[in-house]
Amino acid sequence: MSKKIKSILATDCGSTTTKAILIEWKNDRYRLTFRGEAPTTVEAPFEDVTKGVLNAVMEVEELSGRTILDGDKIITPDNGSKGVDIYVSTSSAGGGLQMMVAGVVKSMSGESAERAALGAGSIVMDVLASNDGRLPHEKITRIRQLRPDMILLSGGTDGGTTTHVMELAEILAAANPRPRLGQNYKLPVIYAGNNKAHDGIQETLGEISDLDIVDNIRPVLEQENLEPSRDKIHDLFMEHVMAQAPGYKKLMSWTDAPIMPTPGAVGSLIEMIAKKENISVVGVDIGGATTDIFSVFEEKFNRTVSANLGMSYSICNVLAESGLDNVLRWVPFDINRSDLTNRIGNKMIRPTTVPQSLEELVVEQAIAREALRLSFIQHKAFATSLKGVQSERTISDAFEQSASGQSIVNMMDLDLLVGSGGVLSHAPRREQSARMLIDAFMPEGITQLAVDSIFMMPQLGVLANIDSQELKDDASQAALEVFDNDCLIRLGTCVAPVGKVKPNAEMAKATLTFKDGSTKEIVINEGSLEMIEFPYEPVTIDIQPSRGIDVGAGKGESLSSTIYGGVVGLIFDGRNRPINLPKESSDRINNLLSWSDAVNEYPKGDLF
Amino acid sequence: MAHSYTPGLKVLKKTLFRKERILPLKGKVLVKKGDNLSPETIVASTSLPGNVQMLKVNNILNIEPQDVKNCLLVKEGDSVKKGDKIAETPGLFGMFKSAVDSPVDGTVESISDTTGRVVLREAPMPVEVDAYVSGEVGEVIENEGIVVNSKASFIQGIFGIAGEKQGNLELVCKDPSEELTADKITAEMSGKILVGGSFLSLEAYKKAMSCNVAGIVVGGFNYYDLKEVLGYNLGVAITGTEKLTTALIVTEGYGSIPMSKATFELLQSHNGKNASINGATQIRAGVIRPEIVVPIESSDVDDSSSNVQEGIQEGSLVRVIRSPNFGKIGTVTSLPAELHKMESETMVRVAEINIDGKDHLIPRANLEMVELQ
Repeated sequence: MSKKIKSILATDCGSTTTKAILIEWKNDRYRLTFRGEAPTTVEAPFEDVTKGVLNAVMEVEELSGRTILDGDKIITPDNGSKGVDIYVSTSSAGGGLQMMVAGVVKSMSGESAERAALGAGSIVMDVLASNDGRLPHEKITRIRQLRPDMILLSGGTDGGTTTHVMELAEILAAANPRPRLGQNYKLPVIYAGNNKAHDGIQETLGEISDLDIVDNIRPVLEQENLEPSRDKIHDLFMEHVMAQAPGYKKLMSWTDAPIMPTPGAVGSLIEMIAKKENISVVGVDIGGATTDIFSVFEEKFNRTVSANLGMSYSICNVLAESGLDNVLRWVPFDINRSDLTNRIGNKMIRPTTVPQSLEELVVEQAIAREALRLSFIQHKAFATSLKGVQSERTISDAFEQSASGQSIVNMMDLDLLVGSGGVLSHAPRREQSARMLIDAFMPEGITQLAVDSIFMMPQLGVLANIDSQELKDDASQAALEVFDNDCLIRLGTCVAPVGKVKPNAEMAKATLTFKDGSTKEIVINEGSLEMIEFPYEPVTIDIQPSRGIDVGAGKGESLSSTIYGGVVGLIFDGRNRPINLPKESSDRINNLLSWSDAVNEYPKGDLF
Repeated sequence: MAHSYTPGLKVLKKTLFRKERILPLKGKVLVKKGDNLSPETIVASTSLPGNVQMLKVNNILNIEPQDVKNCLLVKEGDSVKKGDKIAETPGLFGMFKSAVDSPVDGTVESISDTTGRVVLREAPMPVEVDAYVSGEVGEVIENEGIVVNSKASFIQGIFGIAGEKQGNLELVCKDPSEELTADKITAEMSGKILVGGSFLSLEAYKKAMSCNVAGIVVGGFNYYDLKEVLGYNLGVAITGTEKLTTALIVTEGYGSIPMSKATFELLQSHNGKNASINGATQIRAGVIRPEIVVPIESSDVDDSSSNVQEGIQEGSLVRVIRSPNFGKIGTVTSLPAELHKMESETMVRVAEINIDGKDHLIPRANLEMVELQ
């Protein structure tokens, strides 16, 4: 098969590290062949992002023995021994894309605007709304203080009343906000509200801002139309924000596709995978300062950024928000509380340190569970059906309490849970990553677990987004194949029955039928955790839950499915949902130790 | 010789300290290159646009937004005083009129037909920037501010709270490992910057605030005591805007940790001299550490920007910055190239460190250079 693209160079310019990967067409499929990394060079003394890119690419050159650079130029196309066919990049350097959004009703157009901005990969600094409880002068002060990269203004349905959205525009005009980067250019404002207000908006904001008008984000109450706003955000990110950052003009001239904000690229990849496989996905990236969660349920994509939940810079905030007791409930030994808070404080002020002792690792992973749990709570509250939509109810709905604005995140429907970020990707044992994901996200029924080992989802995301008709098919094939073969480390599958049951009682009986025809029976008892080592191969499972217990087919209904093992294996989790730990310290410690032992989580010794 | 980059905090006896003093908006620079500066000298000033008041005139007068213009007694650009009538309905036969008075002194910025709102802007607010340290104007950044050059001793802390303060240094502890206790703080220390040893308790910090002490430089403080001082849990280390009488600069970390000998001795040598301190800390990309600047009279100074950190080498003095051995100081005996497995099973690059005659393998990421000069 002849391919138009034989080699791809992709970089991700993060706030601290620039990562380069080389993808090549080999043996009839695309594979990741080499990777390199170097410190990002956006800040002084270099102030030119391309230097870091060149250093990372040079590392790829050294490892692969392939010449990619000619001086400070990337050689294209690939002539067999030199150069690459295409080069793409993402960026979150310099603080990423920081936006402020405004909508008339906070839970309606405000939320839609927030969803569009987050989906495009930005950090939402604040959501202004007519009904947010702040007085006009307070809103004005806030806008001035924040200095966003751009503002997305929405509100009203097409043809409806213009008063409220005009009021917001007047507040923006009175604040006359300045952009974060570049003293001499006007702040980009995107208007995605009531089309009847276009003239008024132009009159109010046209002079003081760089105004773009796109289709309404909520043309009617029942419909959300995020694409035009998201696309415009991406365009402006390139034209305005990136163009102000040091070295980016040069970088933009090198790439074969527009540079995307890192989380925007990850989101679009996850969206694509969910669509292609027809599955529900949750992806998480836990970093030092923030935790990003992406999900696709009911074919709807959502992304949230928990700005101050992370493992180093924001570690004390995890402690503050979850409370020390919630962190300590995951620690299977007694520890001095004031000593522990000082230790966590010291991690915040010296964020690059690593856990040397086992005790430190266990504490760090306990904090990670809480950071993930809290981020996911925020995500579930945000990923909802549209609010304010009237639905017809019949007599059969009379006893159902469902209303508009309910979370669409249904853990029983979740098929794939992907983790990335230092604490998950670099845990000394993969069993630890699996446990952190299960304890924090509490998947129900049958859920496949994976980690992105080197966080290459951003590069694959931008690759999947190449627009050029000529290259599109090869590029998205490359993104999918590398995602499947090289990006994900399959940990295994978690089987978790859920429902009311007495302590230690049987929750379900599972029969595994292996490829060679042999079978194995597993009884899942309440409170238990069990693991079977099994590689990433299909195995048939038949589960018969006890009365009142659900494994995905409904209470008491049996279920047959094909599941996959992985580097960890098959995990049978009988701890019910939510996972309740005993109040009594010795019981809690006993439970934690037995669960750790069941999955071979930590090395045996004094602590375990 | 093996070599590894490990960031450390600066402790510089003599350096050319440079500091940008920039206005939040463009304005006027009041000094010129080469001018001598004291910490209080105002170097630049500007006016921030005044606060905005939005009056829903249509609601107050109970009329349609498009009718507001007919009732207005002012137009865009007019100056108004507090209490001035700005709109009035014609009433019925000249009776039962409703009126709107201006709630502030200011100018009429805009009038909207669509929303019926009148926007009043108050007088601009003056903003001034001072020099912060004594020195001279090294560079003028047109319409924005200046760069102050000051020959000084310069010390960075690890974490601080509250912003810029000035005062004379006063050594309160004799030894870097001595705790700065409340009984050592007296009313005579008002306006001074106290230098302590290993630890400052909450009680002692409160006493310092009640005595109007300008600032405290100390080795350690308890993380959980911060909540009592700030009124909230400090989740992210971004500080500097706290309105506190006494700024706090912690040089080593949370807990009781003796101040590094180099820091202590340098501060000791400047006992009684005027210093400028800033507790502002930002631990993110573009890290900002709290600082202590003591201007000195000296003709031979190193340029701090050219003071390249060479990283740790065999023989370097380093401090362990994570448990176990947290806070201990040792000497690097070797820097093995291969990765080592720690007790946590984490594979890392390590350094072999001699602490009190005993060798330890410690991840390089958990080490910090103690002295650079």
